[in-house]
Amino acid sequence: MSNEWPLWEIFIRGQHGMSHRHVGSLHAADAEHAMKNARDVYTRRNEGVSIWVVEAEKITASSPSAKGPMYDPSRGKVYRHPTFYDIPDDVGKM
Amino acid sequence: MYAQMVKSEATKDDPEQLAAFQARVDADEKIEPKDWMPEGYRKTLIRQIGQHAHSEIVGQLPEGNWITRAPTLERKANLLAKVQDEAGHGLYLYCAAETLGVSRDELTEMLLNGQMKYSSIFNYPTLTWADMGAVGWLVDGAAIMNQVPLQRTSYGPYARAMVRVCKEESFHQRQGFHVMMAMANGTADQKRMAQDALNRFWFPALMMFGPSDKDSVHSSQSMAWKIKMNTNDELRQKFVDETVPQAEYLGLTIPDEKLTWNEDTKEYDFTEPNWDEFFDVISGNGPCNVDRINMRQKAWDDGAWVREAMIEHAEKKAARKLAAE
Amino acid sequence: MDHLFEFLLRQGDNALVLGHRTSEWCGVAPALEEDIALANTALDLIGQTQLWLGYAAEVEGKGRSANDLAYLRDVYDFRNALMLEVPNNDFGRTLMRQFLFDAFQVPWLTALSASSDERVAGIAAKSLKEATYHLERSSETVIALGDGTDESNRRMQDALDYLWPYAGELFGQDATDQAMQDAGVAPVPASMRSVWDTQIEQTLSAACLSRPDTSFAHSGGCNGSRHTEHLGHMLAVMQTLQRSYPGAVW
Repeated sequence: MSNEWPLWEIFIRGQHGMSHRHVGSLHAADAEHAMKNARDVYTRRNEGVSIWVVEAEKITASSPSAKGPMYDPSRGKVYRHPTFYDIPDDVGKM
Repeated sequence: MYAQMVKSEATKDDPEQLAAFQARVDADEKIEPKDWMPEGYRKTLIRQIGQHAHSEIVGQLPEGNWITRAPTLERKANLLAKVQDEAGHGLYLYCAAETLGVSRDELTEMLLNGQMKYSSIFNYPTLTWADMGAVGWLVDGAAIMNQVPLQRTSYGPYARAMVRVCKEESFHQRQGFHVMMAMANGTADQKRMAQDALNRFWFPALMMFGPSDKDSVHSSQSMAWKIKMNTNDELRQKFVDETVPQAEYLGLTIPDEKLTWNEDTKEYDFTEPNWDEFFDVISGNGPCNVDRINMRQKAWDDGAWVREAMIEHAEKKAARKLAAE
Repeated sequence: MDHLFEFLLRQGDNALVLGHRTSEWCGVAPALEEDIALANTALDLIGQTQLWLGYAAEVEGKGRSANDLAYLRDVYDFRNALMLEVPNNDFGRTLMRQFLFDAFQVPWLTALSASSDERVAGIAAKSLKEATYHLERSSETVIALGDGTDESNRRMQDALDYLWPYAGELFGQDATDQAMQDAGVAPVPASMRSVWDTQIEQTLSAACLSRPDTSFAHSGGCNGSRHTEHLGHMLAVMQTLQRSYPGAVW
């Protein structure tokens, strides 16, 4: 029987006001243990002010084969970007 | 290097898929865990990343050998932080390998039963405190040369692990050189220790880059896949060219009578390491192979009850929480 | 006797000796995550050693440094608690010892943070943050291993039974302790006992472990009158370079 601790994905907020960012993974027996391990493994150089731990198998990831239908349709929607709209310079800063 | 002599696996995949895959690699797209990849690519990567990870944790042992004997509180903290980083690097790399469908426990078993290798350099003993200088300066120096280009490797998780490793590793070589400087500027005994350490580690460090390109049959596929970025000889030459002036600065002599500056090539000519010795070490006959694996095996066995108990407790705790709800 | 010097040696030697023992785990812990965590603890303790022994050396005023104190004193000049010098044995004993010590250090350093001696207060405040995390980690590990499997429970009980007679020495009340209390530098360690007992009670109960029913306490470490045989071996290793090459700079 395998006693291997499950894999956890670690997200760290580097500075106040920033989003949490994925920094890596580690093994731990449960969430509390993962939190401590994350502190010890991933903040040794003063890298964080907040930690999220998520069990890897709880993450639902998009499938690479669905890349086309997932992401390509948004490419055509140039009107979502500010540069699409031509406003005369006379109007001033907008 | 930390992953020496990694044999590329032949691959028997659909030619069209292979071509599309190669096109992605050629376009410097990163390959991610769920993407389609040739079976040979996956297997070669598991072997390479696994070997790299094993090198980090076996590499803890020769330096760990001196933590309890470090001569000052400052040196003890520096060395401990460095060897701790190696555990961290092993951890990042095992996690990268795990994205390819192999568990850390499986990789560990393969290290312990000899199916997987680790870098030849860690089968040499660390005999004096000067070896902490030589290992940091030469071994980490050689490792960095290999690891910096690997930050651009085609496999995303491996590349990201290497970015983290390189960022942390930048103090390791300097730490080693700093130890070496103190010794080279020290008493007659210390100078003698420093020279002795260089004498013992010079050729083993050159061996870290693997056999000469002309004898290295596994490179071309790995280079096409961008999981190997430079040839062995390129990196070895670069290492020699960078290290010789550093040795001169220390006032130490590189133990190679044929070492000379070549005005035409603008690089140093140097003696190749003894490749028979290299193959002996790789095949298990280095000075420390048996001791290193025995020590890893003992740590693994001694820790089994802890790993088991932690998971048992987590399960009990979860069950109690459920029952209370 | 300079009581402040003596007091500072006790703090510094505790950190030095436990830091050294903890550093012995580097590379051989049960999992990489634990290996890294133990190294963090050891690094914290080495850092605390530098502060305590650095101040001790200043107070002594004989031109010695923290390193001189760590590397050039012999067994009878060490002032650490005996519990911290006994060998690590298995991971269970290592973590149990860490827990018993942390449970003392947290209230102790909290009290020292209010010391009339500003240097003591400063070192204590910095160390307290580290000790608080150590206690979180060590108490949770003791609970996990006590609760885990039959084997782990047995090992943790063995560890507790072995260490228990050494723990009492932490709660001293000798002339130095009294002098520190009189000077407002520190309360007497004995006054930490009830807070410690409460913490121990809680954790041991969650860990399914029984508190040994002896109140016997070894002594001789904190006053240096009689260390265990283990300290000499530790110093033989730790001090080898400084002793073998007198005067060399590393």
